Order: sequence, then structure tokens, then C-alpha cells
Amino acid sequence: MTVTARDKGLVACRECARVWPADHTHCEVCGNALQSRDTQSLQKVWAWWIAGIIAYIPANLYPMLTTRTLFHTSEDTIIAGALDLAAHGAFGIAAIILIASVVIPLGKFFAIAYLALAVRRGARWPPGRQYILYEVVEYIGRWSMIDVFVVAILCSLVQLNVAASITPGIAALTFALSVIFTMLSAQSLDPRLIWDRIETQDTKDPA
Amino acid sequence: MKDTADPDLDTLIACPKCDALYRVGVVNKGDRARCERCHTRLYTRRRDAGLVIITTAFASAVLVIAALFLPFIEIRRLGFSNAATIVDAALAFYGGPLFGLSLAVIALIIALPLTRLVLTIYTLTPLVLDRKPWPGAKRAFRFSEAMRPWSMAEIFVVGCAVSLIKLTDLARVEIGPAFWMFVAVVVLMAVQNMVMCRWSVWKALDR
Ligand SMILES: [Zn+2]
Ligand SMILES: [Zn+2]
Repeated sequence: MTVTARDKGLVACRECARVWPADHTHCEVCGNALQSRDTQSLQKVWAWWIAGIIAYIPANLYPMLTTRTLFHTSEDTIIAGALDLAAHGAFGIAAIILIASVVIPLGKFFAIAYLALAVRRGARWPPGRQYILYEVVEYIGRWSMIDVFVVAILCSLVQLNVAASITPGIAALTFALSVIFTMLSAQSLDPRLIWDRIETQDTKDPA
Repeated sequence: MKDTADPDLDTLIACPKCDALYRVGVVNKGDRARCERCHTRLYTRRRDAGLVIITTAFASAVLVIAALFLPFIEIRRLGFSNAATIVDAALAFYGGPLFGLSLAVIALIIALPLTRLVLTIYTLTPLVLDRKPWPGAKRAFRFSEAMRPWSMAEIFVVGCAVSLIKLTDLARVEIGPAFWMFVAVVVLMAVQNMVMCRWSVWKALDR
């Protein structure tokens, strides 16, 4: 069975990994604020989570960009843009956009909610697997920004007078906000809370 | 770690992700250690790490600054042509209702990556030269680490690649020098990331 810093009456610094007696409020090495467990963690997670969802809805309803060519103007939402690409045979890119802008954001909302609920009420998944999910969410969340960068690149590049021009839509902003809010939500989750459950389960085992 | 309360807290290290407590040198004995239950990297001691990091950081900073003013993609359609620099892309939303988004994009793909590189050089140079840390080094390093998830140069590069393919339908597209420079920056930053050990840096800063 693993011994934690808290078991030994110590508090660990999440920045530099040093440990201090439990009554320390700041790390003497790096100056980081110390908390054995972030007691406000779940509140912050849910607050950012809700903000993320609220921003994600208009991101899907309004156009990401408007494309003007000589005879044609089209406004593309995220999904319409991806479907358009697929219709032109660019299935790979359509898949990247769909994964980065739809699958990952939705998956993240579910994953964070699952983890936050699991911390409070327990879950069927063992902590090890929950933690892997947490790492995946932390790692992959940033990549949703791809679509915002693509819009920025297209808009700065395609300014060819009457031949073609692309201008950004309001969804680019709300989508970016949604990604930022969900990143903050995932960062607010104190992963040590995930592991705390294993301690209570493990006490049955002979040490 | 079966033995109880040790006054020598210096020799203990707590996993920042799961709070498991280890004695330095006991886990794995060698120069690398991972947490036994969540596999988070605890430390990787390498004598030449500082030098590798400073060199790659310096090279990356030069490349980023040089790349700012060179085109990364060029397009042609119906006799009109346009080339965009990274600054252009960051300012794609400038002057409209989406102005805030321009600021965010500047921060994510230029300002934060560059700030992190400069702070890394500032923190590590005196350590490599075996001198006392420069004033404010601890705060600089803490800020640099906190900004890590928000520095998105590599995501921008993938965004460029996606844009390239999206544009082939609309116009003739050519890759500019800045694109390759940013690719190099991403590779250098990955090397830097692999070699960087937070724990060792804090240990050195604390001397
Ligand atoms: Zn610390
Ligand atoms: Zn761990």
C-alpha cells in the first residue's frame, strides 16, 4: 500500500515536490501556496465546466467563418465546414476538424463530469484508470484550439480582393472561450482526490 | 517507505499528482524515477540537462523572432496573391468585434512561448555556470511552468498544416520559410521538455 504525504502528517508542494509539516501554508523552496488537498477543487471544476458548455453552444450554432468568392458567399459553422470538406473528398481533414472541434470538446465535458462525480461519490472505474482519463483530458484539451488557429490563418491569408476573401465569425470567439474554460476546469481538478479513494479501499489488503 | 516521521524532509519527494511519498534515491536507485502508482515523472537527473535546455531555448527564441516577419503560407488565385506572416495570423481578428481573440492568439502562439523561452534562459544560465541564481529566478521559473499548457506553438503548426490542405481547393498554395522554422521550434521544444526536470531545477535554485 502506498504511503502518502498526508498519511505522514506532511503537506506536499505540487510545484517542486518537496514536503513540509502539515501546518506550512507556503513552500519554503518555491513559494507556492500549500494545500494537502484542494478543498475548493470541485466547485471550481463545475464553475468552469458550466462556463465551457455555455460558450460551446453558440460556437456550434453561429458561423466560424464567411467565405466570399466571385459568385458565391457561404457561411460555415464548424460542422457544416467539416461536411463541406468531406463532400470535396478531403476526408482526412474533415476528420481532424470534427475530432478537434466536436469529439474532443464533447468527450472532455463528459470526462470531466465523470471524474468530478467519481471523486465525490465513487465510481466503478479503479483510480488508476480514472487517472489515465484525467491525463488524457489534460493533454488533449489544448488541441481543440486547432480550429481557432485555422480560422485565424485562413482569415489573414485569404484576402484576395474580389477573387476570394474569408472573414471570421462570432463562433470563433465563443469556441476559443469554450476551450479556455474547459482547460481551466480540467486544471482545477486536484488529481490527488482521485487517488484518495484507493486508500480507503486498500485498507482491506494486508499491508 | 515504511519507516516513520523523518526530520530530514530534504530527502523526501511527494508525487505532485497523487501525493505518494518517496525517498529520493530509493525509487529506482538510478537517475530517473517515476511514481509507482501513477507513473508521473518524479525526476530525471542529467548532468548536461541545463546546457541542452539553454541551447535549445536560445535557438528556439531566435527562430521564433525571425519567423515572425517571414511568410508561412503564400496563396495565389486569379492573379491575386497574398502571403501571411505569423503576426498577420495573430492579428486576423484585429479591428473587428473579435478583437479580444487577436490578443488571445498573440498570447498563445507568440507571447507566451517566447516569454517561457526567455524565462528559462534567465533561470538556468547562472545554474549552468555554477553561479548563484539571478534575482527573481524562482518567480520566473514558477511563472514559466504555470504557462506551460498555454503555450501553443505546436498546435499552431498543426493548424497551418490543416489550413494548407483546406486552401488547396480555393487557390494555389505555397509553404513559406516561417512554417519550417516553426516546425524546428516545435522539435526543439520537445527535446527541451524531455530533458527538463522540474525537481532538479528547484533543487538547484534552492542552494
Ligand atoms: Zn515548492
Ligand atoms: Zn503519483
